[in-house]
Amino acid sequence: MLELSHVDMFFGGIAALHDMSFNVQKGEIVGIIGPNGAGKTTIYNIISGVYTPSAGVIYFQGSDITPLKAYQINRLGIARTFQNLRLFTRSTVLENVMTSAQNRYINSFKEDFFSGNISRTNCPDPESWYSFIESCLHIGRWKKTEKVLQFKSMKLLERVGLADRADQIAGTLPYGMQRRLEIARALALSPKLLMLDEPAAGMNPEEVFELNDLITGIHKDFDLTTLVIEHHMDLIMKICPHIICLNFGAKIAEGSSEEIQNNPEVLAAYLGTDEEEVI
Amino acid sequence: MKRNIILIITGLCLALWPLGGYQEGIVILMCINCIAAMGVSVLTGFTGIFTLGHAAYMALGAYTTAIMTVRYGIHWLPAVIAGGLMAVLIAWLIGIPTLKLTGDYYAIASIGLGEAIRLIIENWQSFTRGSRGFPGIDPYTTRIMAVVIFILLAILMFNLLDSRLGRELKASRDDSIAASLMGFNTPHSRMKALVISAFYCGIAGSLLGGYMCFIQPSMFDMMKSTELTAVVVFGGLGSMSGTILGSAAITLIMEYFRDISQYRMLIYGLLLVVIMVFRPEGLMGSHEIWDLLKSKEAVKKDA
Repeated sequence: MLELSHVDMFFGGIAALHDMSFNVQKGEIVGIIGPNGAGKTTIYNIISGVYTPSAGVIYFQGSDITPLKAYQINRLGIARTFQNLRLFTRSTVLENVMTSAQNRYINSFKEDFFSGNISRTNCPDPESWYSFIESCLHIGRWKKTEKVLQFKSMKLLERVGLADRADQIAGTLPYGMQRRLEIARALALSPKLLMLDEPAAGMNPEEVFELNDLITGIHKDFDLTTLVIEHHMDLIMKICPHIICLNFGAKIAEGSSEEIQNNPEVLAAYLGTDEEEVI
Repeated sequence: MKRNIILIITGLCLALWPLGGYQEGIVILMCINCIAAMGVSVLTGFTGIFTLGHAAYMALGAYTTAIMTVRYGIHWLPAVIAGGLMAVLIAWLIGIPTLKLTGDYYAIASIGLGEAIRLIIENWQSFTRGSRGFPGIDPYTTRIMAVVIFILLAILMFNLLDSRLGRELKASRDDSIAASLMGFNTPHSRMKALVISAFYCGIAGSLLGGYMCFIQPSMFDMMKSTELTAVVVFGGLGSMSGTILGSAAITLIMEYFRDISQYRMLIYGLLLVVIMVFRPEGLMGSHEIWDLLKSKEAVKKDA
């Protein structure tokens, strides 16, 4: 489904990622862990197109997405949340979800009649689209589409437990709820790959517990492939059968949760080694 | 629906209330200023791009219409629309290289571009008569016409903001990175906003020509551009009804103090300072006036 092949990312002379390669299968939940500054969020940024990698190739569903712009990559079905919340703070909660729900794209494969080549077309979902004239005059598909969008968005808000806050301004929500709103907003795009960036940051243990259920629940219900960056080890160990551990921009370990827990390099990265203490 | 009824009633009052000739002139001026301010508001208030050059689009509209009606004898209505479209065309051409800039950088670029357009008009003597001005325009902007066009454009604008495009613009204002990761092509969104705002300003300029019967480049200088942006900030960034109220209020106040016109800018400045002190979010913040009505109703229902 997603493949990173020898990806490098340099900022000036600093290598944020070096020779990063990994593979994500369809339907997996993959955890990405590592100390601060290990390059976890940088991975998200290059997959989602915020940065273009200095070297290497990224494949999504078999096609090279490295040169595409962020919005094009998104339209292929990759949605993400942000470590430091990036909600549309001045809009209401419902509007936030509707904003991304209106932007659903449908990928379909089309066989060229003459050459027989199969090409991928990427067109707006007709259920959530209407034209400029219809928006100006509020005629035609406007009314129906807005209703559909609102209905779908409310469904998603119910799913993450924010339905009663739909009319509140997003910026005024408590922190934990803003994180869940980000998840709802990403889901509204009906993505194939969902990338969560520290979804549990700033949550209390009870909320983390609920989040646990939420992530595994939506993973199943929405038929997703999920990447999770997280510092809460209990959460990662519980929900992710496949874990990748980074340090200083390089992959130091990959495997199941037991393998990671017993890997000496991972322990060294988190706890430090004797030598480092001497220095 | 409620929104349209409020707008239409306001329009009927403005158009049919018996007024003297002088007051009629003020109503026309108010409508023209409101149209231009709506244009700037969609760019500055709803898309988050500060502009200090929008008077130039008014100039483009005004000159296009004036030349078409006076030189070529075309009926004023298609000429006014052509004025708006001319502004759209130039805005689109300007937008291609500049809309990659965001925030303050675009504001700086817009000052330069605005002045450049004005100077071209001023120096293209053979076509525009330069700084001598362009006289002899038919007085086609009657009170009824100005109000009708204003209300029509206002309804279109509010409809537009209450649709997918409105959400798209607000998304790219609030967080352009998040917007692009939600599948919006943000430079494209900004272009849409610029083109719409240029259309409104172009129409406003055309109507101004028909009201004054005479236009000259100095009517569309940086002073006018700054005034347009200031009015939008005054009314509240992200509130279209605030923009309209603010623009109407400032037009009225400016007219009221016409007797002491050498101090007008002083009063203008004072007014802005007062607003910034007491309502730092602007007159309406980012609420629309009917939102306030709605929330009061909701409170009543709860009680």
